[in-house]
Amino acid sequence: MSDAVSPRPPIPAESAPAPPGMGTLFLTFLVLGGTTFGGGVVAYLREVLVTRRRWIDDEEFLTALEISQALPGLNAVNMAILVGDRLRGVRGAVAAGLGITLPGTAVVFVLGLLYASHGETPAVAGVLAGVGAAAAGLLAAVAVQLGRRQLTQLPDAIIVAIACVAVGGFRVSLVVILLTLAPIAVWWYRPRA
Amino acid sequence: MSQLWPLAGVFGLLSILAVGGGSAVLPEMQALTVTTHRWLTADQFVAIYSLGQLAPGPNMLMVGVIGYRVAGVLGAVVTMLAFFLPASLLCFGAGRLWLHLAQWPWRQSLQLGLAPVAIGLMGAGALALARTSVDSLATAAIALAVVVLILRWHVNPALLILGSGAVGWLLLG
Repeated sequence: MSDAVSPRPPIPAESAPAPPGMGTLFLTFLVLGGTTFGGGVVAYLREVLVTRRRWIDDEEFLTALEISQALPGLNAVNMAILVGDRLRGVRGAVAAGLGITLPGTAVVFVLGLLYASHGETPAVAGVLAGVGAAAAGLLAAVAVQLGRRQLTQLPDAIIVAIACVAVGGFRVSLVVILLTLAPIAVWWYRPRA
Repeated sequence: MSQLWPLAGVFGLLSILAVGGGSAVLPEMQALTVTTHRWLTADQFVAIYSLGQLAPGPNMLMVGVIGYRVAGVLGAVVTMLAFFLPASLLCFGAGRLWLHLAQWPWRQSLQLGLAPVAIGLMGAGALALARTSVDSLATAAIALAVVVLILRWHVNPALLILGSGAVGWLLLG
């Protein structure tokens, strides 16, 4: 266990290839950050990191995903940090985190500047109105997809409904939800001896 | 200049609150940036979020554009750092701890309990977006079509975003 959490395990797991160089690591995540669209990032990460590059195995991938989802932060960025740390320590985490965010940041800034100068034209407003409506639909669909299990089990479905209606309908502050509903939900699943 | 501290405070808070991913904080982000601080209008907020959908990679990178509108390049840098650094540091530290906690019984409780909260918050994010962006029959039809096409036929979301932009250009432009 302890070697798995040190920045660079002295003895790599058997048959695991040598950790990638910093350049390769950064470039791989840069390409991931520049070519994934519309929330498919996690599936694509698995394809590249586990199947194609074989840097980590499926179990390590699922553990990283578990941590990413349980903690605050964007799942894709958290995944990059965890995998970067696993492969090359602190510097690997920084390289992977920057790699996955830089391409999108550059694109969004160019779009932002264009919006600032052309945002009032009817054509741009029309495109953004269409994309905005699609974004709402996309988020709802992703919530349903990810929540298939939660939506079919009564206690979970109740928690989903309370969070959704309280924040989305009654505009209850997220802080309130995380200080009340979240602890209750965790308590519901408390370890039973 | 005077807006840099509020920007850092708002997005630093959102960073820590983003349990279950960035979309969980959308309603709170909209409330804080539009209603509380009046940095932008609800329409501009949704427009900027929509821009983010057209960019590759993680889907909340558009927070930098909000910072840029409020306080220029420095505002963008402060906002990005405030939104990404706290959660990233937390994840880095927790990642190293997590394996030590393999036998800790509450680890599974945390996962099982937080998952439905995160799903509910994602739904709330969709509602918050829809409240501003779905304002006509055409936009309602687009949103509904996207939901059905993804859930029923697993159409690639990137294609749907681009297609909806094209439909918006033709019908709403």
